Amino acid sequence: MSSAPQNPVVEYLLRLGDDRLVLGHRLSEWCGHGPILEEDIALANISLDLIGQATLILKLAAEIEGTGRNEDTLAFFRDSADYRNVQLVELPKGDFGFTIVRQLFFSVYALLQMEALQKGRLEGMAGIAAKAVKENRYHVRHSAQWVMTLGDGTAESHARIQIAVDELWRYTGELFLSDAVDEAAVRDGVGVDPTLLQAPWREQVGDILGRATIDMPKDGYMQRGGRTGRHTEHLGHLLTEMQIVARSHPGAQW
Amino acid sequence: MVKRAVPSRDEIMSVLDEVKDPEVPILSVVELGIVRDATADETGVEVTITPTYSGCPAMREIEDEIRAALTSRGYGEVRVRTTYSPPWTTDWIAEPARRKLAEYGIAPPGRAGDVELIPLRTRRAAIACPYCASTNTEQRSEFGSTACKSIWYCRECRQPFEEFKAI
Repeated sequence: MSSAPQNPVVEYLLRLGDDRLVLGHRLSEWCGHGPILEEDIALANISLDLIGQATLILKLAAEIEGTGRNEDTLAFFRDSADYRNVQLVELPKGDFGFTIVRQLFFSVYALLQMEALQKGRLEGMAGIAAKAVKENRYHVRHSAQWVMTLGDGTAESHARIQIAVDELWRYTGELFLSDAVDEAAVRDGVGVDPTLLQAPWREQVGDILGRATIDMPKDGYMQRGGRTGRHTEHLGHLLTEMQIVARSHPGAQW
Repeated sequence: MVKRAVPSRDEIMSVLDEVKDPEVPILSVVELGIVRDATADETGVEVTITPTYSGCPAMREIEDEIRAALTSRGYGEVRVRTTYSPPWTTDWIAEPARRKLAEYGIAPPGRAGDVELIPLRTRRAAIACPYCASTNTEQRSEFGSTACKSIWYCRECRQPFEEFKAI
């Protein structure tokens, strides 16, 4: 089941769905390991929102594709080269600072993206996006609160947030790249041009980092490749764990 | 063949009002606004539902319970359709249901859309403790035991409680 879909709308939806599925799975790794009980619950809740959004988007992608795949086969029976998420979301969870900075970077991006998509011409996706916007607002609030608290906190917490920001920065460039798939989706009135999200993203993230007394890194080399299936080694390990049960017992039900 | 009587929308809604939300069993799926519409013809009934959150794990169970409740009334085939638009909002929870929530120990939601995007270190206006009505309360986390609730603490009666969060 590794054939890449030819339909750019399907391809575009896979990108949206895979970002959320992979990040949702990464966040779920905190379940039972959160620094405090409330945070354990919060991260699991956000994970649930993301996996829920991914399920709806992948289901829509499968329906449009019309080759008999569904949201489950897309999640459990594609290999890493067929995943279309950005590399940012597949990196190991790191410490709590790393996780929360990544959440800030992704949540601000996701909110801007969904705000635009809810006005899109693809009715199914517009409905999912309108719903996601409400959830994403809470995700932005959650990560912004933590980044400000920890960044403007102790020397230790400040240092860890700054390290995470510096480390993750080179994975943010990929969020705003546009290629033929994005162009086709924009032309069809289905997608949003990723390059248009960069300026508001920088402004919002910069505002929060400023309040957190954290330096915004200078743009240097930027990682890329996730959107076309070139991933870090970490995605394979994540998928192995995520897919093992479905692949060991195909078609199993409970 | 016996011709089946077609139930009215009100009749179907009153049956569905018996179906409680598995996570907030004090309220029915109608009171929560999960049921959006119900129609019927000679062949059966169609119910339209919408999830509270994208990843709400209770949706399958709610669908099964709706099916069981209507099937037991002999309305014929039961079709359950899911819609995401317009997105569910806590503003659909009416006043009587809000009172039930408070009596049950869950603070009812405020107005949706009042949540500012960046929490500028300002605490939200305190909400009343559902146990002692004091407003000397603080929010502990915006994410609670289920996706739809946040965690609060009452400094007056020292009771942790949950709020149905506005969305």
